Amino acid sequence: MSAMDQDTGMFKVQQTIGSVLCCKCGVPMPPNAANMCVNCLRSEVDITEGLQKSIQIFYCPECGCYLQPPKTWIKAQWESKELLTFCIKRLKNLNKVKLKNAEFVWTEPHSKRIKVKLTVQAEVLNGAVLEQSYPVEYTVRDNLCESCSRFQANPDQWVASVQLRQHVSHRRTFFYLEQLILRHDAASRAIRIQQVDQGIDFFFGNKSHANSFIEFLRKVVPIEYRQDQQLVSHDVKSSLYNYKYTYSVKICPICREDLICLPSKVASGLGNLGPLVVCTKVSDNITILDPRTLRCAFLDARQYFRSGFRSALTSRQLVKYFVFDVEAPVGEATVGGQKYALSYVQIARESDIGKMFYVQTHLGHILKSGDQALGYDIYSANVNDDEMEKYRLSVKNGLPEAILIKKCYDEQRERKKGKPRAFTTKKLPMEMDESRGARVDPEKMENEYEEFLRDLEENPELRFNISLYKNKDYQESETASMTDGEGAPTVPIEELLAELELSEEEEEGNDEEDMDE
Amino acid sequence: MATRLQFENNCEVGVFSKLTNAYCLVAIGGSENFYRFCFAHLSLSLCSFTSVLVFMFENSAFESELADVIPIVKTSLGGTRIIGRLCAGNKNGLLVPHTTTDQELQHLRNSLPDSVVVQRIEERLSALGNCIACNDHVALAHTDLDKETEEIIADVLGVEVFRQTIAGNILVGSNCALSNRGGIVHPHTSVEDLDELSTLLQVPLVAGTVNRGSEVIGAGMTVNDWTAFCGSDTTATELSVIDSIFKLREAQPSSIVDEMRKSLIDTYV
Repeated sequence: MSAMDQDTGMFKVQQTIGSVLCCKCGVPMPPNAANMCVNCLRSEVDITEGLQKSIQIFYCPECGCYLQPPKTWIKAQWESKELLTFCIKRLKNLNKVKLKNAEFVWTEPHSKRIKVKLTVQAEVLNGAVLEQSYPVEYTVRDNLCESCSRFQANPDQWVASVQLRQHVSHRRTFFYLEQLILRHDAASRAIRIQQVDQGIDFFFGNKSHANSFIEFLRKVVPIEYRQDQQLVSHDVKSSLYNYKYTYSVKICPICREDLICLPSKVASGLGNLGPLVVCTKVSDNITILDPRTLRCAFLDARQYFRSGFRSALTSRQLVKYFVFDVEAPVGEATVGGQKYALSYVQIARESDIGKMFYVQTHLGHILKSGDQALGYDIYSANVNDDEMEKYRLSVKNGLPEAILIKKCYDEQRERKKGKPRAFTTKKLPMEMDESRGARVDPEKMENEYEEFLRDLEENPELRFNISLYKNKDYQESETASMTDGEGAPTVPIEELLAELELSEEEEEGNDEEDMDE
Repeated sequence: MATRLQFENNCEVGVFSKLTNAYCLVAIGGSENFYRFCFAHLSLSLCSFTSVLVFMFENSAFESELADVIPIVKTSLGGTRIIGRLCAGNKNGLLVPHTTTDQELQHLRNSLPDSVVVQRIEERLSALGNCIACNDHVALAHTDLDKETEEIIADVLGVEVFRQTIAGNILVGSNCALSNRGGIVHPHTSVEDLDELSTLLQVPLVAGTVNRGSEVIGAGMTVNDWTAFCGSDTTATELSVIDSIFKLREAQPSSIVDEMRKSLIDTYV
């Protein structure tokens, strides 16, 4: 049977492979390199000789991890891909043959045996490649991994603790931090979180976890910290020392909306920024604004803690003012994305309407006649601040009688009173510190939290790094009908995240559409 | 009847010996056991009942089989022992390579019967046993053999010469074992090639192996019209194939057909 080969024009004879007899068993077969049928070849040569067929592996029943000696524990599910890879890695001589296929053979889960069927290929005799499958049996032995055994022995055992403190009288910073931590999952590895009087304690099982937490904190608030360690145990023979590490972290006490009187050195260092400044934003830098010149300066943690000044008046001392008249702005500036306008206003305190003040304010862009505003009453306040006293004595015209900080939306909020907000927030699992005698007043906490939420509503830049979730009980129709005048600022619905609900029928994904800030 | 044996613990019998219908060449080995075999084996081919206790006074397997039948010549070629692969011959003649010394040539001329012409040829491919496969009527030659050599082969051996390859292999002498009654070729030979060769050689051919799957048939065994010798690794299957294709079961050396020999017991083993 010859066929014409068109390409080369050559005469090519079709070759049919004949059959020879297997040299051992005599069964006719096509010739191969060994000239033996597959069965005879298999009986002759065992390529799985010298390969491990049974092996012991260790499993931690608490955390579901398998031991890869000497010290690594690998988490893997029963009959998963990771487990297969792990099992194959444990076999010793597998590099002598080529692994073609591996799969699990079903074993009863509580039999403590894993069976894997491996198919290997190797070259035998004169170049014949033989493929053979063989089972490998793994005996699973239970052995608690180190971390689980340490945890079992003492569940409260911590190795590193971070004591976060801010020496101010309110907890606004901690509320905000709590939301930030939740958003970035920074405290996911904390064993325990405890709330104490002026701060929060975080306990970690590992020094590096505590370190990474502090790095996270350093990026969001200006902090100063120190590290101390305490010897727990000491192995004489191998000179291994076990310590407990404690980090004492202090957040700078300057908060948003604080009134600060800068010490003269700091003021001149910042280019003679008027010693009376308002703190407008605290992130890893402190932004301070001089309300008279609309100039702004940034202080980072190191600069702040070098001088360590405190605020003269805090937001607790804010007083409500009525705004009677707002004059045209004499100057405008955009500072750090925020627009400010310098103008003169006529204001009077709510408590004492009779006494009018004519002051300069940086809120000229939002205040209108008839508004309410919150500000510091320097005229009648009893300020306990050395710098302020020095400044008061040094300046000719006296201090400004009032410095307005923000617009007040109390009237508008009256209408919404009692109605639920459009958003909710999540909370960290914190323990309350019972030991020091319950100085924590639950009602006070509630009020503070309410103020914090109002803060969030009013300031979009605060919401930037926080996740807010849609309130399931909230009904939209009520606020949609509010058409009269200017409503209180609320969080636009696009910023809210739907919470991940795992129901039996379907999974709702996170439909997050965060606005670009 | 095919026999299994070893030369100095090596199963490649065809390398160290050359068997034809008129004579047999063997290499000079260290042990005489190469040649040792029962007389019974020889007689078995003649008559069915023969005692196993037969002993021979010439302890040589070849000699016991063939002693009275054909001359067995111990020789070397060019000082080497691989005589099976260096020379090619049949009952008419023997061709030796140019590396053969004069003494060896003379020794061969003396020992072999006069009907056998011993000729030394000048040929670049000096392993004639690898290049030429022949029986008494026809020969296969390496494709690159010289024209003169081809003519000498046709002359001396009295055969028709065909240049061929076996299973794509040009060393025809090592890849096949040929006798006047049949032949075995390399196991990878295709069916078409087998048919073609069979037509050329006019004998039945089969693709098979020897020495437990070895593909080099010519080196693994040596054969003539009534007997064959294979390496001791040869399996029973291969042996049966050899027996059937060379028709050895009914074979009888023509010179002994008329003579019936009785077994002689000289000494007990």
